[in-house]
Amino acid sequence: MRIVVDLTRCQGYAQCVFLAPEVFQLHGEEGLLYTPAVPGDRLERVRQAAAACPVQAILVGEEVAAGDG
Amino acid sequence: MTGDPRDGRIVVVGASLAGLRAAETLRDAGFTGALTVVGDEPHPPYDRPPLSKQVLLGDVPADSTGLPVRRDPDAEWRLGVAATGLDPLARRVLLADGESLPYDRLLIATGTRARPWPDPRQAALDGVFTLRTREDAAGLAARLAAGPRRVLVIGAGFTGSEIASACRKRGLEVTVAERGPAPLVGALGGTLSRLAALMHREHGVDLRCGVTVTALLGDGAGRFAGADLSDGTRVEADVCVVALGAVRNVEWLAESGLAAGPRGIACDAGCRAFTRYGIVTDDVFVAGDVSRFPHPLFGYQMLSLEHWGNAVAQAEVAAHNMVSPGPLRRPHLSLPVFWSTQFGRNIKSVGVPTYSDHVVIAQGSLEAGRLAVVYGYRGRVTAAVTVDMAKSVDHYRHLIETAAPFPPPPGAADRALAADVPVPSDVPDPGELSHEPVVALTGHLPDRRLMVVQPPG
Repeated sequence: MRIVVDLTRCQGYAQCVFLAPEVFQLHGEEGLLYTPAVPGDRLERVRQAAAACPVQAILVGEEVAAGDG
Repeated sequence: MTGDPRDGRIVVVGASLAGLRAAETLRDAGFTGALTVVGDEPHPPYDRPPLSKQVLLGDVPADSTGLPVRRDPDAEWRLGVAATGLDPLARRVLLADGESLPYDRLLIATGTRARPWPDPRQAALDGVFTLRTREDAAGLAARLAAGPRRVLVIGAGFTGSEIASACRKRGLEVTVAERGPAPLVGALGGTLSRLAALMHREHGVDLRCGVTVTALLGDGAGRFAGADLSDGTRVEADVCVVALGAVRNVEWLAESGLAAGPRGIACDAGCRAFTRYGIVTDDVFVAGDVSRFPHPLFGYQMLSLEHWGNAVAQAEVAAHNMVSPGPLRRPHLSLPVFWSTQFGRNIKSVGVPTYSDHVVIAQGSLEAGRLAVVYGYRGRVTAAVTVDMAKSVDHYRHLIETAAPFPPPPGAADRALAADVPVPSDVPDPGELSHEPVVALTGHLPDRRLMVVQPPG
């Protein structure tokens, strides 16, 4: 599973950092960096983080399965 | 095409953020016809912002930033093959492998590529990079991990500044060369560019402003060894990153009759492309970095934005309009917003900072390194930039959208003393910078200086 965070929307509430610190980290006061490829054993925590985000900036989903043609 | 716009054949050219979000939105809006997405890169859509941050820091691999989908776009993906031409009369997209794809409606989302170093022989030296693609990031990250003695970054726009920040975080020596008077000055104007310069220097960057790089030097064996600067000095380095902004991918449209040029493809507020005669098409749509579109809050100037959020918002509007009859179409009116994380600080911008004559520091202070700067043009709020104050952005967005007076009335409890003291916004002529601006006003600048666009060669 992959995640992408809409950082235009993110306001640095850092709920995700508390819920899944292996995946989400703050650099400085409010600069969020994250691991886009979610390890399988962290998926549940990441889903909780996505649900808890006050501005709903976290999208969890599969990559495009692009067969050529 | 049948009468129902939700049927027929749609081709999306461009398989990055805008192309993916458009494909999803087409299905959300009820499109049941055949959908093909063409991309010149061999990868499914992936996210680029992490490439200059997490990936260069060595925290995540370059090939791990694939974008999650909101829903299955049920599309045929033609990846690793570039579009080479467009026949708008026959309604066909020509591909590099010789095939051509018929369409009833077309979305162009071909984005940009990194502006290369102008001398191809120097650019080919081992150790010289640009940063735009997954492969660029993987190569550069590997080189940074190997511990070069010094990295030279050419251009102190957002990308160049983020690269310098990642290098310092890894403990690498880095020199940044910028033709303008300070980093980020082209995007943010004078006041915040002084803070940006301070951020570079307090993190140990060897920042050289007001200089150009005149030549990249090899070691005789094809490896990059250093560079000569216009002030007569020489920088010895093992790695060079050319961060001179972006070039719009429009060359494939040269014979198409569309209004496509170095600033992008002109389209109306409904994302419909213009022909070069200024006549709007009804079957060719544009979204993302490659577009230029008029915005009512900024004097209907044509904006071209290299923003993640604009790619998403414009792709959604374009897709909606592609499958909707005229009266149900929507305008793309969302405000430009972008962010940058560098040197441990979070910069967010809303509106168009270059569309300004004055600024005030409305909250915080330069000394604290935490502040909100509000930009005004002729007595109206047109933009705001926050440093480590992201929660204030929505307040300023509201002021911009409601054309609030400038300087803005008191609204924040931590209102700065300087909030009533406008100073000139000090936005330089883009011609004075190393890098291209990430927000380009492609009509006239507010202070009436004309921008001249000269095609290369």
